[in-house]
Amino acid sequence: MTTTVRNLVQLAPPRPGGSWRDRLRGPAVFVLIAVLALVVAPLLLEPFRLGLLAKYLCYGIVALGIGLAWGQGGMLALGQGVFFGLGGYSMGMYLKLHDAGGDLPDFMVWSGVEKLPAVWVPFENPVFAIAFAIIGPVILAVLLGALVFRQRVRGAYFAILTQALAAAMVILLVGQQGLTGGTNGLTNFFDLFGQDLAADGTQRGLYIVVAAVLCVLYVVAWQLVRSRFGRLLVAIRDGEDRVRFLGYNPATVKTVTFAISAGMAGLAGALFVPVVGIISPALLGVVPSLELVVAVAVGGRFSLAGAVLGAVVMGYARTSFSEEFADGWLYLQGALFILVMTLAPKGIFGLAATLRELVASRRARA
Amino acid sequence: MRNSAWRIGAAVAVLATGLAACGGQSSTTTGGTAASGGDGNTIKVGLLHSLSGTMAISEVTVRDAELLAVQEINAAGGVLGKKLVPVVEDGASDWPTFAEKATKLIAQDKVATVFGGWTSASRKAMLPVFEKRKALLWYPVQYEGLESSPYIFYTGATTNQQIVPGLDYLKEKGKKRIFLVGSDYVFPRTANKIIKAYAAANGMQVLGEEYTPLGHTEYSTLVNKVVQAKPDAVFNTLNGDSNVAFFKQLKSAGVTAEQMPVMSVSVAEEEVKGIGVDNIAGHLVAWNYYQTTDNPANKKFVAAFKAKYGADRVTSDPMEAGYNAVYLWAEAVKKAGSTEVEAVKKAAGGITLERPEGTVTIDGENQHMYKTARIGVVETDGQIKEVWNSGKPIKPDPYLKTYPWAGGLA
Repeated sequence: MTTTVRNLVQLAPPRPGGSWRDRLRGPAVFVLIAVLALVVAPLLLEPFRLGLLAKYLCYGIVALGIGLAWGQGGMLALGQGVFFGLGGYSMGMYLKLHDAGGDLPDFMVWSGVEKLPAVWVPFENPVFAIAFAIIGPVILAVLLGALVFRQRVRGAYFAILTQALAAAMVILLVGQQGLTGGTNGLTNFFDLFGQDLAADGTQRGLYIVVAAVLCVLYVVAWQLVRSRFGRLLVAIRDGEDRVRFLGYNPATVKTVTFAISAGMAGLAGALFVPVVGIISPALLGVVPSLELVVAVAVGGRFSLAGAVLGAVVMGYARTSFSEEFADGWLYLQGALFILVMTLAPKGIFGLAATLRELVASRRARA
Repeated sequence: MRNSAWRIGAAVAVLATGLAACGGQSSTTTGGTAASGGDGNTIKVGLLHSLSGTMAISEVTVRDAELLAVQEINAAGGVLGKKLVPVVEDGASDWPTFAEKATKLIAQDKVATVFGGWTSASRKAMLPVFEKRKALLWYPVQYEGLESSPYIFYTGATTNQQIVPGLDYLKEKGKKRIFLVGSDYVFPRTANKIIKAYAAANGMQVLGEEYTPLGHTEYSTLVNKVVQAKPDAVFNTLNGDSNVAFFKQLKSAGVTAEQMPVMSVSVAEEEVKGIGVDNIAGHLVAWNYYQTTDNPANKKFVAAFKAKYGADRVTSDPMEAGYNAVYLWAEAVKKAGSTEVEAVKKAAGGITLERPEGTVTIDGENQHMYKTARIGVVETDGQIKEVWNSGKPIKPDPYLKTYPWAGGLA
């Protein structure tokens, strides 16, 4: 138990009341990175690479949610792909209907569907589609959380449950080809709010939107972690029963956190679709959901920045390894994960904290 | 504390190496951009297949055949006096990855054309990339039809060159009561829609239609259903590993090829090896090419392939279609005198080549190929013996417009 307590102290954000330099260091780094992402990257990167970065940042938004739920709250959510997919499909349905302009979407025609299914009708409205991309996952997460956390299901059981949900979602989507596009998913989009999706300008604009959303969500999540609610969340992670004896209801705190992470994943999915141009069951099944958790672990799950960093690093590694070594890149990807996990169990970001601790202890001994 | 110091040092070293590798990588790719589509003496072409994941086992063979074609063309002096340089990317059996890598090949490597894909899903994911960027894709696998993109050339069969002849053959043999078994994705579902329309118009009866997820391997229930329905024949659109389990179960249920033949459209020489000859010998397949297809071009292809990759390797229809694709593109480039996409597209129509499968002609209108349909039976040595062919190449008709019974499909 001593180690957990020490981790808690060490990894908790600086308490209010520390020296002003300590308090400003975090925000200063954040502003620097935000400027790099929002201003410098769009100027420097060619459109294709910028598009890829936008994709990594979408995963970064999901990872931020995982960082909250798992890193802070101890809920190992292995099925974030479900929420990502809900958001992605909402957006995809809107884009498909918009492009079809009153006709049936192409895949329905070749799947033998003759009339637009009722589920699709509200998605003709972009406001509904985007709202549902966030609210849909939130509602699902609240329902799931209310059922599961109240029954005190946690740890591996919760993880398995979320994973099963991801597997079920894929089977559902693949089986209903006329409704969902089956394994193909939804693709071949042309136009977003009157802007040509293939144009470099549109893609640059989308990148900036994604980066801005990530920055805003990061600040929100950061404030949440620093708040009383955040303290409670970490306390529940490290000793749920103690928190309950103190008179709090852990189920509520966990459900709210899980719902926030689901909403983030949903929004990420909705942003992902116009950026990448496709949403398919392959993007939201067990494997991609696990890959995101792995990315968070690599980055460092105890800090929000680590989670986002992990998603970007793993996304970048995937692209560059596979471009360079088309035949064996998966081994490299796996090796990267194993190495980081064995040598730095707290991830890349945890490494920095451990280094600081090491220096401090050396100094104390000297 | 010493121990953890060591660990941290090692971790930093590993991360630094990793970052250096990534950094080095990104600088080489930027170098590639500057070269833009090869220098004065080379032409870059993209090969985009799954080299990892569930589809790798099939797609790697097509990649190998395409590399062989590139090598042969280079040995014969290249195209327009320039050597072809293949840029190989991994689609990773993941459709969005196909779209990403296609974009990379076009935007960054500036390849003259891309040869790639296998599953319909991967083609559908790549289609918008090629259409928006006005680049060329050569797709080498038989598919479900109902598509004709101006930026894709389809060198595999469309439905009227494979499925319809397969049904004609069953009908001719008096197999009127059929059972449909397929993997749950677009190709089998669309194929079965076509089969049902055909059956309705030709006095055939579809006794059942069953789908299993890709990669499914538990077939005892399904085989029981098939056996109980007592069809004259089974039409099989299962893909990949599922075929192994399906044919094994069928054999252990005591079904023989004489009493209930299975007509497969996704089982070629390569898959026969995996299924095991004992389990599938005597059953039927429908393709446009077999390793045993008898003509000089095929003898040369099989010999060259075995010489490059080993005597134990087999050739199959999709491999041959991929191999052809490179030659057909090269021919179109020679005719156009340029690798420029619109010029190549314009020059491609009407090109006729003698290929391992026989005479192949590009239909300029829908960019599919005229191909000879061939029905074969699996022999005990793992090879496929042709038992029927269409006599001459069939004009491609992806939307089945010339078939009255197919009116309601597209």
